Amino acid sequence: MDDRVILRVGTKVLSPFILLFALYVQFHGDYGPGGGFQAGVIFAAVFVLYALVFGLERAMEVMPAKVAYACGALGVALYLGVGYLSMFRGGEFLNYSYLFDPEHDPTHGQHYGIIGVELGVLVTVFGVMVALFYAFAGRRRIDT
Amino acid sequence: MTEAMVQIVDVVLLVLLAITGIAVIRTRNLFVAVMLAGIYSLVSAGLFVVMDAVDVAFTEAAVGAGISTVLLLCTLALVGYKESKPQHTPILPLFVVIVTGGALVYGTAEIPPFGEADNPAHQNVAAHYIHDSEDEIGHIPNVVTSVLASYRGYDTMGETAVIFTAMVGVLLLLSRGPLPKRVYHAGHWHKVKRGVTREDLIAEMEDEEVHDSTVVGGEDEDG
Amino acid sequence: MISFALFNYWAVIVLMMVGFYALISRDNLVKKLIGLNIFQTSVIMMYVSFGKISGGTAPILIESGGHGGDGHGVQVAGDAAHAMRDNAEILYSNPIPHVLMLTAIVVGVATLALGLSLVVRIKEAYGTIEEDEITRMDNAA
Repeated sequence: MDDRVILRVGTKVLSPFILLFALYVQFHGDYGPGGGFQAGVIFAAVFVLYALVFGLERAMEVMPAKVAYACGALGVALYLGVGYLSMFRGGEFLNYSYLFDPEHDPTHGQHYGIIGVELGVLVTVFGVMVALFYAFAGRRRIDT
Repeated sequence: MTEAMVQIVDVVLLVLLAITGIAVIRTRNLFVAVMLAGIYSLVSAGLFVVMDAVDVAFTEAAVGAGISTVLLLCTLALVGYKESKPQHTPILPLFVVIVTGGALVYGTAEIPPFGEADNPAHQNVAAHYIHDSEDEIGHIPNVVTSVLASYRGYDTMGETAVIFTAMVGVLLLLSRGPLPKRVYHAGHWHKVKRGVTREDLIAEMEDEEVHDSTVVGGEDEDG
Repeated sequence: MISFALFNYWAVIVLMMVGFYALISRDNLVKKLIGLNIFQTSVIMMYVSFGKISGGTAPILIESGGHGGDGHGVQVAGDAAHAMRDNAEILYSNPIPHVLMLTAIVVGVATLALGLSLVVRIKEAYGTIEEDEITRMDNAA
């Protein structure tokens, strides 16, 4: 471990900025390229990087596998939740125009609906990518 | 950037992609093949930028060149990186590929020319999305986002569910959950003590000179 | 210069066939999956080519300054920009293929992971990932 000071320090310095960049990609997705899919992958890349440099055990202390699995399911639930919410507000499934009161500007509802589903996509993609990496990296090689 | 320059960049990137693809086929070291696949993804991301698909390029660069490569490398760590010499002659696959490619090239005769603004693909909803999304969805300049999340929300919901399902599938195949409370071994059940690792358990079973597969086989017959 | 009208499609078909060849001619399962990945990327290129309009720009609307999401303050500026956009006739590439392919890439990596996990299990069960050896073992059994 001791001969990789640059890698370890570099990882620790870079990680918060990569996380910040992922959030930028997520919330700037309305104005430029980006969105939930890309931001989720970048978010997951931080934990992949951490696991590659510090080892899988320490990465699993930071980000337990169970949390990743839960994220994968939670994002889909969030997406469906936004869809059902707009349905219960009187519109069709996933018609965000009805998210707020009828006299409200419908584009307002669209805006928040898009933020909601993008967040769901982010959470799912993040959880799935981390879980996939853990599943592959956590398996021991069996030589025959 | 003039159109001629765009076309030159386009051609150069396509040639680079073809070279990378052929190199992937020719190499017999899988590490090299995986790295070349990553390069292929990155170059194709460049091509997507040239073809105005910035969101696709971003995703390809993050997913194709990043996560795919990491997953392939993880797999190589498990399965080894040497590919054996091909056993058969490449004549039949080559024939199939040439016939398929020829059929596809023949089919392009019906396709309207590349990049024309009045192609049928641009005539229906695309113009509606670009002109009216400002009024219908609100101030979201990136049309890709508004189509992805709002106009075609069902699509994206399906895709989200698909990747969740893929995660479940991979976890079923690969992940090792908690150890069972008891194991069937050498004719009867044993309780698993707390704090015992999987390696301890396997080693303990092998000590008793019963091969692992017989335990599994016995379980199958009982169930 | 070569006639550019269909060159792009032909080049993409060549790439597609490179991936297809790797898929059907190689015995190594990881190599097959890499070939499948190349094939998939080429299909994505095909779709994106359909969406390209020469002289167009990325489908991100160029107009009304400021990031004011709440319409009221920028309403007037927005209307002015609307008029400007309609006059200037900025040409945008077709966003629909982009949307479809964006999700297809992410689904592609998920299916790749599923395929790779099957490869890992095959390696553990057979001790090899060469297709012909696996077939031979299956026939011998």
